[in-house]
Order: sequence, then C-alpha cells, then structure tokens
Amino acid sequence: MFEAIDQIFVALKHWVVGQFPAAWQPLGSVFLSIIPILAVFPLLFAITTIVERKTLGRIQNRLGPNRVGPFGLLQPVADGLKSLTKEDIVPYAADQVVHFLAPIALIVPVLLAFSVLPVGRNMVPIDLDAGLLFFFAVGAGSELAVFMAGWSSRNKYSLLGAMRAIAQMVSYELPLILSSVTVVMLVGSLSTVKIVEAQGEAYGWLLKWHVFTPWGLAGFLLFMIAAAAESNRTPFDIPEGESEIIAGYLVEYSGFKFALFFLGEYLGLFAVSSLAITLFLGGWHAPFSFLEWIPSYLWFFGKLSAFIMLFIWLRGTLPRLRMDQLMNLAWKFMLPMCLINIVVAAMWHFTAHWQFVGAVLCRWLLCGAAIGVPYLWLGDALFGEKKLAKRTYRFAD
Amino acid sequence: MLGAGIIKGMAETARNFIGSYTEANLLVTVEYPEQRLPLKESMRNFPFLVFDGEDWQKGLRCVACQICEKECPPQCIFITKDAAKKPDYMGKLQFQPKVFDIDTSVCMSCQICVEVCPFEAIKMDTEFELSTDNRFGDLLLNKEQLARSNEHYHKIHPTEATEVDERLAGEKAKAEAKAKAAVAAAAAKPVLPPKPTAQ
Repeated sequence: MFEAIDQIFVALKHWVVGQFPAAWQPLGSVFLSIIPILAVFPLLFAITTIVERKTLGRIQNRLGPNRVGPFGLLQPVADGLKSLTKEDIVPYAADQVVHFLAPIALIVPVLLAFSVLPVGRNMVPIDLDAGLLFFFAVGAGSELAVFMAGWSSRNKYSLLGAMRAIAQMVSYELPLILSSVTVVMLVGSLSTVKIVEAQGEAYGWLLKWHVFTPWGLAGFLLFMIAAAAESNRTPFDIPEGESEIIAGYLVEYSGFKFALFFLGEYLGLFAVSSLAITLFLGGWHAPFSFLEWIPSYLWFFGKLSAFIMLFIWLRGTLPRLRMDQLMNLAWKFMLPMCLINIVVAAMWHFTAHWQFVGAVLCRWLLCGAAIGVPYLWLGDALFGEKKLAKRTYRFAD
Repeated sequence: MLGAGIIKGMAETARNFIGSYTEANLLVTVEYPEQRLPLKESMRNFPFLVFDGEDWQKGLRCVACQICEKECPPQCIFITKDAAKKPDYMGKLQFQPKVFDIDTSVCMSCQICVEVCPFEAIKMDTEFELSTDNRFGDLLLNKEQLARSNEHYHKIHPTEATEVDERLAGEKAKAEAKAKAAVAAAAAKPVLPPKPTAQ
C-alpha cells in the first residue's frame, strides 16, 4: 500500500509510456521526465516569491503583499502578468544578440542540473555515473550567462555587477566542490542515486545521513555557505547590490527577460539546495527508519521547503558582505576548512574498524577536534575582535 | 566564536517573525483604506468657511473683509463682495461674500488666513482625501464646497472650537450689555445725568 503510493508517479509514467507505439517509447519517456521538472520547479518558484515576500515582511514587522486574491496568494500571477505585458527595452548600444541570449543561457543549464537530482525513490530523470560532476559542470554555465548579461548591456553598473558575480562564483565554486568531495570519497561514487542509497542504511532507528557525522556536519555547513554564494543569495548578493550598483547585471533587463533571470536564480537556488539534500541530508530518505512509510517525494520536497525557508530567514537577517570580506571568507577561511574537512573525512573512514567500547565517541571527539580547533582558531584569527593596545601620544599629553 | 553573531541575529529575526503574529506592537502596519488612525487634533490641511446654524447661506460668518485674500502668501483666495448686507451673529449689518473661492492646488496650508481673520470665519480642515481626475476645476473650491458647520469644527478641533465659541459668546454678551446700558441710559437721561453703570 505505502509502496504503491510511494511509486505512484513512477507507475503512472510507465503506464503512459506503455500507451505509446514502441518506436516512440524512448522519446515519450524522455518527454515525461522533462515535463514534471518544467512544471514543478517553476511553480515552486512562484510559491517561493510570495512566501519570501510575506516572510520578509513579517520579519520586518510588516504584513507583506495581501491585495491580490485571498491573503495575497495570487500575487505571483499578477507579477507574471505584469512582467509579460511590460515593454522589453534593449539599450541602443547593447550587443543585441548576446543581450537576448543571456537569460536563456542562464535558464538552460539550471534546468539541466535538475536532471541528475533524485526527487524520490526511483524518481530521477537520468542516473548518470558521473551525476555530481555533471551537476557542477552545467552549474558553472550560469557564470557565463551572468557575464554575458553584464557585458552585453554596455552599462558600467552591469559590468561591475558581472565582474563581482564572476569573482564571487569562481571563488565559491571551489569550496562548493571541495566540500562535496568528502561525500564522493566516503561513498565511492559520483552517482547521485548511489549517494542517496548509501545514506539509507540505519544505525538502529537513526539513518546514516552524512550530516550525522563530524565531516558531514562540517561539510554541510561549508556547502551551505558556498551554495548561498553560488546562488547569489544574501549575504552574498553583491553582484546585484541594489544599494551600490542598482541591480548589477540586471540593470538593463526589463519585462520577461528580467523575470527569466529571476526564475533562473531561484531555480539555481532550488538545484543547489536539492544537491545539499542529496549529499548530506539523505536525499529522499526519512531521518528515522520508522518514518520511511511517508512517500519519498514528500520527504524530498519537505526538506527543500525547509531549505527555502532557511534561505529566506537568512535573507531577513544578514546584511550584505563587502567585496574584500567575501574574498577573505572564500580564500582564507572556506578553502582551508574544506581541505581540513577532507582529512577529517579520511580519518573517519580509516577509524571505521575500531571496535572497542566507546569507539564511536572516541572517533567523534577525534574528528570533531580535528575540524573544530581549526575552526575556532581560524575564525578568531580572521574575524575575531582586534585587540588594540592603548594608544599613547608622545607629544600631545 | 565565528558564527555566534549569525545565530544571535537569526534568533532576533525569528522573534520578530513570530511576534508579528502574537504581539500587536510587532506588527505596525495600518491597512489604510480599511483601517484608519484617528487624526491628531493639531492636524491641518486646507481652509474651510465656518457657518452657524443649519443653513450655510444664512449662517456663514465671513463678512468679505478680504483680509485673508490680501494676506494669503500664494494668493489662492478670490473674494467678491456682495452688494446686499446681512446681519452678522451680533446683529450688526455686514457685507457677504458673493464669491469665495480657494484654489487648493495653490494653497500651501500655512494657516495665515486663519490667523488674520477677525471674525473666526475661516478655519483649517483635516480632510486630506481630495484627489480628483480633473487637474484644475475640481481643485478650485467655491463657497458652497468650503462651507462647514460649527459642529464639524467642534468635531475636528474640539479644544480650539470651544475657545472660539467662548470668545464669540463673550463678545456677544459684552455687546448686548453695552446696548442694554445705552438703552437704559437713554431712558434715564431726562431725569438724571448719566451714571457709569456696571457693564
């Protein structure tokens, strides 16, 4: 019974594909894998915009949008219609072709990235052996799109925004990949499906999610910071930086192209959050073995919603970083921590055969210290309070 | 420790988020067209003409002295005197304004017309929803549109209106006493030389 509900979408797809003539079945199967991605995630984007505005409003002691429909829930429809009917203005001096292609070049790689993310048991469009590599490879394409937008607009703010975006995305690509390398090391596979399966075993009733290990916890936090930076979310939204460079690379975009950029950014956020779930939070697995009867896709989308709420919460809390702070954080803090975390993951792996009493606690203390001490030391050295000596004046006393 | 500040900040925003549902002072929005804050008594926007009694044409206090027209810094008041005279609140015959227009698109709400009016005839209103789709005609208010009853004045500026009423009543009483004394003096004249009577 629970099995049937869990596999209802898979079964539905098989049944529909079965209706096609045999020669068309592969094409039909591809089609039926793409359609849900194109339907579900943009819908999630629409819901996210209204939820984000409402939540930010509440955080700032306001009501948020509440004029369109009951409780303002139809606001995304109004926003969509508005952006569709708005005039599409292309600057006279802009590079017309590149300016037109930039939003498309942002959307396509992001949508491609969803093709390797398992959203439920047996629910992955393609199970690539190198799924994780594929994800990062197409994910890097969004940097090109951002630079295309910034360069082709022929506007100094656009170019500054694009420059910042490139600097930020290239810098944070490294911690993003290095923090997921630990997972690849311990699972021994680049396939996202295998990574999720590896987290399905249980210690008693608690599942073996990677986040329940010292290296997984550290890797998860590092991954989240890098993910926020990759998807240009606050506190790393300096490529847009409304107060400094108006809207960065979006300055010369209006109407539906602007909406496409927004869609692309949010889809990127969903994709990278989904990857965080896949790598560290057990993908579509329940946290406890006795909760496994809840359908796997519900677990996945529940976790994704929690991630979206977390990012909104962060956006309501943190101010924007300065460019030098951003670079310091990436190269002086994130990168060393990621490298240390790889060593910690190796330590965890090579102490796995310890059998004596209290071995798990011992491993936790060892690995926790190996990642925790550098964290405290680096954090204090880089961002701690500067201890200034009392200033003495030679002549002015 | 690195990150402690972020946790603290997130606790603060979470407190504000939850508080916006539970505590009234953490949700400050007033949804204006449906909900309104009571207007402050000291609020003022554009002038209006005060009238006593029920009929605005009879009760208008304005005597068309044109002081406000002359004093108005942006020159937004236009007055034409009527030829006929009517008795004012003290029974004295006074001119009436035939035309009294205020161009609210010019008025700067300085209240100088109110300060200079010796007859307490022009006061500041609190009405602020005056937008129209006609740029010129609908913003030029005539005598009828400007006339508001004394009750309206009491409603929007109670303290000030009470003071004004007391002053007017005092002046009226004084004038009546004077008139009575004059009548009494006239009656007593043939018998006795006039005595200073209590006013």
